[in-house]
Amino acid sequence: MRTKTKIWSMLSFAAMVALSACHKKDETTPTGKVKLEFFNVAGGSNLNLNNQWYTNANGDSFTVSRFNYYISNVSLKSANGATYTEANSYHLVQQEDLTSTSFDMSDVPNGSYSSITFTIGVDSLHNVSGAQTGALDPVNGMFWSWNTGYIMLKFEGNSPKSTQPDGKLMFHCGGFSGANSVLKTITLNFPQAIQVNTSTPHVHLQADVLQLFNSPNKIDFSNLMIIHMPGADAKSISDNYANMFTITYAGA
Amino acid sequence: MKKNLGIILFVACWIVVAVVGCKPDPSLDPQQDNGGPVAFEVPQGWPQPVYTFQNNVLTQDGFQLGRKLFYDTRLSRDNTISCASCHQQFAAFSHLDHPLSHGINGLFGKRNAPGLFNEAWLPTFFWDGGVINMENQPINPIENPVEMDETMPEVIAKVGADADYIKRFKAVFGDQEVNSQRIFKALAQFMGAMISSNSRYDQYARGTGSLSAQELNGLTLFRAKCGSCHKEPMFTDYSFRNNGLIPDASLNDSGRAHITGLAEDMRKFKVPSLRNVDLTRPYTHDGRFNTLDAMLEHYRTGIYQSATLDTSLRNGIQMTDNEKQDIIAFLKTLTDTTFVKDPRFAEPK
Repeated sequence: MRTKTKIWSMLSFAAMVALSACHKKDETTPTGKVKLEFFNVAGGSNLNLNNQWYTNANGDSFTVSRFNYYISNVSLKSANGATYTEANSYHLVQQEDLTSTSFDMSDVPNGSYSSITFTIGVDSLHNVSGAQTGALDPVNGMFWSWNTGYIMLKFEGNSPKSTQPDGKLMFHCGGFSGANSVLKTITLNFPQAIQVNTSTPHVHLQADVLQLFNSPNKIDFSNLMIIHMPGADAKSISDNYANMFTITYAGA
Repeated sequence: MKKNLGIILFVACWIVVAVVGCKPDPSLDPQQDNGGPVAFEVPQGWPQPVYTFQNNVLTQDGFQLGRKLFYDTRLSRDNTISCASCHQQFAAFSHLDHPLSHGINGLFGKRNAPGLFNEAWLPTFFWDGGVINMENQPINPIENPVEMDETMPEVIAKVGADADYIKRFKAVFGDQEVNSQRIFKALAQFMGAMISSNSRYDQYARGTGSLSAQELNGLTLFRAKCGSCHKEPMFTDYSFRNNGLIPDASLNDSGRAHITGLAEDMRKFKVPSLRNVDLTRPYTHDGRFNTLDAMLEHYRTGIYQSATLDTSLRNGIQMTDNEKQDIIAFLKTLTDTTFVKDPRFAEPK
């Protein structure tokens, strides 16, 4: 009987320790949110689907009918070197669905952050881990069912230079392993550090479709108009789109 | 000291309760259906499976949901074709006597429907190995225009409108949401649990059965002449090889190169398992050989030389007529009649 009492008192003590530990943690590390907003542009103008003409670096005119890409494993680096990494960090940005072009990162520890790092595409592990849901659900049309892997970036449009029927342009860029992997992880510094606290800072990321065809690999639409599997062509476009993002605003 | 002992006993009791409470019911028998976890047992002497059910815990309810989906023609656009249409249990889940299978509207694909068994051990799926996780396999026949020609949103809508399915999804996943991930995980439970390991060869290997003198001679010959690619105990090494078939210009199938884009992979196809081979005719990726004799005759006299031909087949496989008959006698011992008659894998009543 005495032993039983002792056990119960020990268990209650353990429970108290556990509860107070949780409580204490909440008090010492308050968290806030950061809002990421993506703005797709073509050079100096906003990207409009279907009925606006643009010109690439090679001088080829084209229209854009679809522009989608994955952003994954987003992290923020604080001024003191600590890193926040978003949990379950998979986002599909689709120009045709403006609700997909912004999202909040939550549970960001309060503090000052100076840069953002993310992968354009879906990390190799999540290409091979079986059926996924949410942004990674194959119903989103960004998964090659016959040749396992995500389409990391999908650009579709038309150009008079393309010799495909109706001048079709189709750049489905994927491939997560080997020399032709298109996975690009980039880090961008904020113009000035953002402060996470009770208010939610905004970060504006601009993505320029012209950069898909510009440098280091200038694309001539009469030579390259269709990409529908991993390979050297997809790799060359990814080397270009690794440079397509700039931060135009970071602040309250 | 006595008090400490009491605490230790108390903790030990809880550990026992936790372990015993989680012990899976090792049965997929519908007669003993409690809906709960089921043990996945690796047959004696086999390697560990590639698909481990780690993120898709095998349960009685999940298996039965996958089974219902596998046999459901509503997975096709016009509700006429199910997975089982081209994967028939009596043929070890291949399509007997169909070189190529027909999908909806009588359209033909360009590859032979393989048998389905021991899928959890497959590192890749399809003749070209394009799919690398079992859960990502079913979307291909469902969405292929010459197979089931359906879209996943439509499948989700049809399944989600069925009261029995809703009940099952709730039992398996905790709520009634139907999505592609849940459909694929359920199908993976059913297909992944389809183990074929009780052929006469298996019984011989386990020391519980015997083979005839001719079959044993066939086994010795098989090991010497075929076993380097068709490795025991799975009877495949899962590699991709060009086995010297004359290219079929009407199909123009580049095989593994379709996936890798590499010239060195032209017309290479996955080495199929030979388990249940007597039931899975016709043979090869395009189903061009109707009998085991014709298949072996190809290796003896029919090898087509090309740049990507497997080096082990440059001179064909030498065998006398008697040796060929002994090998065929052995191959027939790979038939698992328990598996093809197993009521757990049959169409649900």
